[in-house]
This record gives sequence, C-alpha cells and structure tokens, in this order.
Amino acid sequence: MEVLLAIMVGTLYASGIYMILRRSLVKLIIGIILLGNGANLLIFLLGRIAKGSPPIIPGDSKVFLEAYSDPLPQALILTAIVISFGLQSFAIVLVKRAHKVLKTDDLDEMNATDEYS
Amino acid sequence: MTEQLVIYPLITQMLLAIVLMFFWSRIQWQRVVSILGSLINLGVAVWLFVTVWQGGTLSIQAGNWEAPFGITFVADTFSATLVLLTSIAGVAVSSFSAGSVIPARLKFGFFPIFHFLLLGLNGAFLTGDIFNLYVWFEIIIITSFVLLTIGGEKAQLEGAVKYFTLNILASIVFLTAIAVLYGLTGSLNMADLASKVAAVENRTLVQVNALLFLVGFGIKSALFPLYFWLPASYHTPPSAVSAIFGGLLTKVGVYALIRVFTLIFEVDPFLENVLLAVAVLTLFSGAVGAIVQNNIRKIFSYLVICHIGYMIAGLGMMTEMAITGAIFYLIHDIMVKTNLFMMSGVIYKIKANHNIRKLGDFYADHPKLSLLFAIPLFSLVGIPPLSGFWPKLSLISEGWNTDNFIVIAAIIFASFITLFVIVKLWGEVFWKTGEKLPEVRNFPYFNKLTGIKKAQMLAPIIFLSVVSLYLGFGAGNIQNLAERIAFELMDNQEYINTVLSK
Repeated sequence: MEVLLAIMVGTLYASGIYMILRRSLVKLIIGIILLGNGANLLIFLLGRIAKGSPPIIPGDSKVFLEAYSDPLPQALILTAIVISFGLQSFAIVLVKRAHKVLKTDDLDEMNATDEYS
Repeated sequence: MTEQLVIYPLITQMLLAIVLMFFWSRIQWQRVVSILGSLINLGVAVWLFVTVWQGGTLSIQAGNWEAPFGITFVADTFSATLVLLTSIAGVAVSSFSAGSVIPARLKFGFFPIFHFLLLGLNGAFLTGDIFNLYVWFEIIIITSFVLLTIGGEKAQLEGAVKYFTLNILASIVFLTAIAVLYGLTGSLNMADLASKVAAVENRTLVQVNALLFLVGFGIKSALFPLYFWLPASYHTPPSAVSAIFGGLLTKVGVYALIRVFTLIFEVDPFLENVLLAVAVLTLFSGAVGAIVQNNIRKIFSYLVICHIGYMIAGLGMMTEMAITGAIFYLIHDIMVKTNLFMMSGVIYKIKANHNIRKLGDFYADHPKLSLLFAIPLFSLVGIPPLSGFWPKLSLISEGWNTDNFIVIAAIIFASFITLFVIVKLWGEVFWKTGEKLPEVRNFPYFNKLTGIKKAQMLAPIIFLSVVSLYLGFGAGNIQNLAERIAFELMDNQEYINTVLSK
C-alpha cells in the first residue's frame, strides 16, 4: 500500500510539474491541480497508514488500548483540500478573464509586463 | 487575562473587514471606517508591543488544548514588532488608498479585502503552529490575488498569472515540506518541533526538509533564482496595493525564514553556505536589474529584491550580531519600501506617467514635495544618519568578524548600485528639464483633487518619513530592540517554555 501510494505521489508531482511547464494556460491549471493532489496524498502517506480503530478513547480508560489511526493528517488534508479548491476556482476565473482580455492562451505571448520600458 | 491580548490584533482586523462589508457600495463610509479602524488596530498593536516588551513572551492555546496538541498563538518581541510595523504600514496605506484609489476599484470591495490581507499578515506573524502558518499564508495570497487583479486591466491580468502560478507553487512546496516534517517528527507545533527535529537521527532527510522550506519561503520572499514573478507583477496594480505588497508581502517570507531557521532547524555549515550564496546572488541580480529599468515602480520592484539579500545575508551568518543587523534592516525596509511605492503613486497622479525618461521638472514645479520625497529615497540608500546605514554597518562588521568577505563585497556593491539608481532617478525625475507630456483625458490629476484627498495621500508619506527619520536618528533604541529580538531568537528557550508552559 505504501509503495503504491509513494509511486502515485511521485507520478502526480512529476506530471504536475510537466504540465506547469507547458505554454498553455489551461494546462498550467491542470498542473496546479495535480500538484495540489500530490501534496495532499503525501501528507496522508507520511501520517503513517495504520490499519487501526478510530481514534476514540473508551469512557472508562485514559489511553488508547489498541492501534489507532492518526486523525491529524486527515484534518490537515481536509484543510489543504478546501484551500486548494478555493485557489483553483480563483485560478480558473482568472484564466478565463485573462483569455478574454488578452485574446491568447499562450504564456509566451504574455510578456508585456517583463518588457524593458 | 493578558494572554488574550495576543489575538486582539487579529480580531480587530477581522471585525473591521466584516464591518466594511456592510458598507459595500457606500464608498465614502468605507474610507472613514477603514482609516479609523486602522488607527484602532495601531493602538492594539502598540498595546501588545508594550506588554510583550515589559512582560516577555505571551502565548495562548486555542480552545485550551495544551500545546503541542492545539493551535498556538505566540507573541514574542519579534512577532510583536512585526505586528506593530504591519499596523503602521496599514494605517498609512489605508489613508493613501482612501485618497488615491479610484471609486470603480473601491466598489469591488477594495477595503474589506485589504483588511483581510492585513489579518493574514498579523496571523502569520503571531502563529506558533507550522500548519497554521500555511493557512495564514494562503489567506495572504488569496487576498493579494484579488488586490492584484482588481480593476482587471490587461497588464494586471498578465502580471497576476505569473504571480499566482509561482505563489501557488510556493504553497505546494511549503505543504510538501510540512508533510515531510510531520512524517519525521509527528508534531506541528513550532516550539515542540525545536526539540523533536534535533532528535531525528536521519540528518540528511532533515537537511532536505530544511531546503524544501528554504525554496517555499524563498519564492515568497523573492530570493535569487525564484524572484521572477515579482518584477512582472508589482508594477501593475494601483500604487496603494504596490505599497503594501512591496512593504510587507516579501517580508513575511523573510520572517518565516528567520523563524524557521532559528527555531526549528539548526543552520549547519552546508545550509549557511546556501543562504549566503543565495543572499549574495540576490543582492547582485536585484541591483543589476534596477539599473536598466526606466519605469519608477519597476526600479523599486528590483530594489525590493535586492534588499531582501541584506536580511538573508544576516540570517546566513547566523551570529547574534548579524541577526541584529537583519532585524534592523527588516524594520527599516518595511517602512521605506511602503513609502517609496506611495511616493511613486503621487508622482504618477501629478504627471500621469511612470517612465523616468519622460518625467522631469519635478523639483521646479513642486519643491516642497521633492524635499519630502528625498527622505525615503535617501533613507533607502542609507546616507549616514538615516535609517539604512546602521544595519548595514552591523552586517559589514559582522561579515568582517566571520571572514565572509564576499558578503561584504556584495553588500557594498548593492549599496553602491542603490545609490547610483537613486541618484539617476533623482536626476531624471526631479532635476531634468522634462518634455511636455500630453494631457490624459479623464485622468484624476493631483491638482484637480479635493483638499481632503490630497491630505489623505500626503499625510501617510509624511508620517512614514517621520518614522524613517526616527529609525535613523533614534537608532540606539531600534538597535536595542533588534538586539533583544536577536537574543531571543538565538536563545529560544523562553519561547519554547512559554508555549509548552513548562
């Protein structure tokens, strides 16, 4: 399971970076989405995957009695997903607007702000 | 009871932003509420600073979950100082935007978003939890996206695409670094991480993790190979937005770098070399970039990059004296860069142009304004009694003590180029006989504005100039403050004990 997830994380990062390096705006967004998911999966993987009971302590004891799965990575991923969701939706609106105003999808043509003036 | 004080700067900004939302279409009210609220926030920040200065580090645990399990907010002298500086810049920019930003932009919720940005900045300075720091960073970048694109001009959208791509990339690298750190230690509380990271046996992995943090924060603070988004985007939004970006946004990255590398990771010789190399290259490339530009705001953008190098050089040398220099420089830089971008906004309102080749005659037409603008310009260069001089002195002397002669050379080179660029700018904009610029139709020229708006634009520049002068002439006090911060950063036991309530 860990090995499978590790390969998955690597694939997501690699393809995300590959897509960011393309010249099209739409591919840029796809790349960002892939990278975001890769990062979330990495948190999940590094939070130790344990096949245990839910992290609830029975009322009559003070400590965990058996192996439990760590709830914190899931809380982190949840937060990260919500945030990246917001950012991605902003990015999509921005790209739509940029395409409408600039009339191009090609990042190499968007270099007016870098020009020497 | 005093512990509660730590989150007051957050609460005031958040309440202010929410109140402003109720005045969504009533712009006149928004201007008044924003300025008044910023003043209240400044008062709260001063209160926090004085309390921390007198009583030492404060911390509060959200929901009474004891550290390291809950989310912690900490105010040590470093955090409190930065919150104070944010509030000072916040008052200035709030007043400046009330005078300068056009109503069409204000109608899209400029002020609420601006205060959410300040909320994010205060949060990032006060949090004591590394994942919470990530969340505040996201609040900062999402609000800065909106401020950057508000108005939707062509250049703004183009700059925004670059800005947002690289900032999201930085966030993802930061998130990756947090994931690895959590996998290594099983903790997210910064004070708790300090001892747990030191106990990790696989040092190579710790080094890789530290480098991931360096890259993530390096993109945000515009370090050498990672700064290309900054000159592409900082000159596109209204000057009020550029002012808060240039003054504070890159400094959050510097704050995070200083915090992470003094508290969590030990700086070993390898990391020290990386930091110093990056600092030297940042100083060189920023300075050289500033020479060739003709747009005032692009010149300042490159100077923002260049001067980040001083602080990273101080961090890289990693002695108490060098950190003192870096902190002093940070304090000076926030005030001066905010002021410079506001100044460029006033010049633009008067002449309707940003190109220094086309501008001119400024001293002949506006002698008093020119004298006022001389203060931030020459503070930036660091002509001796002014504020930029003292931190450079400590950095150079510390470079001498630790035999980092290349760093000294880079600092002197960058200071020299800054002087050259400012003298060129002064000659072109203020002294040269300018050509007759064509009248732009429907442009809100400065002399057509009402007296209140003129005052709203000039008062913050005077205010920040006075602060800059104080930083220079009262350098002894600031030096004391910076020394105390550096002492607390190097000997972080008080921070750790307060958070973990030992």
